[in-house]
Amino acid sequence: MTVNSRNAFTPETRKVQLRVDAGGRWKAGAAPTIAPLRVNPTDTAKVSLKGISLQYKTGNGSRLLALDDINLKVSPGEFLCIVGPSGCGKSTLLHLIAGLHQPSMGTVLVDDHLVDGPGTDRILIFQELGLFPWLKVGENIEFGMKMKGVPKSERRERVQHHLRLVHLSKFKDSYIHQLSGGMRQRVALARALATEPDVLLMDEPFAALDAQTRDLLHDELERIWAETGCTIIFVTHNVREAIRLGDRVALLTFRPGRVKREYAVNLPRPRHLEDPSVALAAREILDDLREEINKSIAAEYEGVQA
Amino acid sequence: MKSVKKVGKHVIFYAALLGIWALLAKLKIWPSYVFPAPLGVLQSLRDGFADHSFWIGIGVSMKRIIVGYALSIVLGMVLGLGVASNKFLEETMGGLLVSLQSLPSICWLPLAVLWFGLTEKAILFVVVMGSLLSITIAMEDGRTQMPKIYRMAGRNLGASGLKLFWYVLLPASLPFILSGLKQGWAFAWRSLISGEMIFVSLGLGQLLMTGRDLNDMSLVIAVMILIVVIGFIVDGLIFRTLEKRLQYKWGLTSAT
Ligand SMILES: Nc1ncnc2c1ncn2[C@@H]1O[C@H](COP(=O)(O)OP(=O)(O)OP(=O)(O)O)[C@@H](O)[C@H]1O
Ligand SMILES: [Mg+2]
Repeated sequence: MTVNSRNAFTPETRKVQLRVDAGGRWKAGAAPTIAPLRVNPTDTAKVSLKGISLQYKTGNGSRLLALDDINLKVSPGEFLCIVGPSGCGKSTLLHLIAGLHQPSMGTVLVDDHLVDGPGTDRILIFQELGLFPWLKVGENIEFGMKMKGVPKSERRERVQHHLRLVHLSKFKDSYIHQLSGGMRQRVALARALATEPDVLLMDEPFAALDAQTRDLLHDELERIWAETGCTIIFVTHNVREAIRLGDRVALLTFRPGRVKREYAVNLPRPRHLEDPSVALAAREILDDLREEINKSIAAEYEGVQA
Repeated sequence: MKSVKKVGKHVIFYAALLGIWALLAKLKIWPSYVFPAPLGVLQSLRDGFADHSFWIGIGVSMKRIIVGYALSIVLGMVLGLGVASNKFLEETMGGLLVSLQSLPSICWLPLAVLWFGLTEKAILFVVVMGSLLSITIAMEDGRTQMPKIYRMAGRNLGASGLKLFWYVLLPASLPFILSGLKQGWAFAWRSLISGEMIFVSLGLGQLLMTGRDLNDMSLVIAVMILIVVIGFIVDGLIFRTLEKRLQYKWGLTSAT
């Protein structure tokens, strides 16, 4: 079965033939590229969002529709990236999957079970990290295991392991404020991984990192993902990062947040942020994203004028 | 270098104070039972510790303050969190609590005596009433001021119910409630001493009244010094250290 891409792609990629592989995912033929995704309805989903809407009450009593009719399916072991302009509801969406908020409408299913609260099968790395300042680095990493009732000796071992993983072994007994921004992000990653979640939700986790550390952590994350087979939903505002990491990229619209388009990323791994193919693929998503960013800027401008 | 200077200043200040005191006593403007000399007070201190009456007084008062303060904390937690978690209570009871705080705790004594008689319970009641309000208000503040992210992060990592409270909400709000706890302690200490002065009860307040009954001004001043020193030690040693530790952990100081 071969299908022509119907969307307005750049000339180089429009001609590319796409074929679907056995797992129902799109695979690139000749050249690596991205393609609009058709989710196979018979696929079993790890996470599925059905008709999710969420309204916030704002200060002046009016309501803000942050998310509107979001439908997304994430397969087991998939790496999904979500991009969108600032304020489009990316963090809100992750909070919903984490069970920290309830949607105003629609359902969140994980393994076909309704999500109605937080669970350690889904761990969220917050945009603000939310590391505990009263605990040392090691104790922060240990926290989730402690809540789960993992025995102490095993906890200690796993803390060591995860400290090594994020290259922070020397900082086990430091307090959070003694670390740099990038180190804090790595602690947050270790804390999340140490609880061994099935679904890892990451909210712009590498935004504050220098390029070298970020590249390193991209590699690490990809390796951990391959090793553990966990499902990752990764929010970023950096389209190239999304393509570097994701099997698929979902673009959200600005206010209300809807899924504007989904793109399958069919570039072979390992990829690198600076690969020309990554840049090329990013350009297409960027064009769509720019439209939304302009909308968000216009909205903000109106807000200033009002 | 700085601390040496600071200690020096204190030494000079207290030496001067003692000097003026000794000089005034030497001049014998007032009789010694009205204005005792420093040496007389020192003698009273020594006697008081030698015949164990000070030790007993301290012991009894400390036991009361610890029990009363602990009760205040537990009750204050329940009340404060209860008030903060309920919008209706917050709007209505919050105001009542603040206005009740203007009531000197000794005003509860007549009520306590009528309820409990001249007993240990009456004194404890006064102590609790003295500190409960500031602790309740502190807990309420702590709960509302604590950054929401910690609660979410705790729930996200599998904490709920009592575990969430103990391992997340309490430590996260500690910086916001510590000053209230400190204030509560100061109020409790004052209420205790006033309560003890009213009827025979052992304790430091009682010792003060003994001094008055015996017309022994040296004893009165010696006990007052004791009360101040204990207050200073608890504040300086316990609360300051706690505060410093907290500031260090949270990075609130430019600690080197
Ligand atoms: N607690 C809240 N109360 C009211 N409105 C909120 C609340 N949290 C978020 N919002 C609004 O919902 C919208 C989506 O917020 P969200 O934090 O999910 O955006 P985001 O996509 O993560 O943005 P960014 O990329 O800047 O992190 C925003 O317009 C924001 O103003
Ligand atoms: Mg966000």
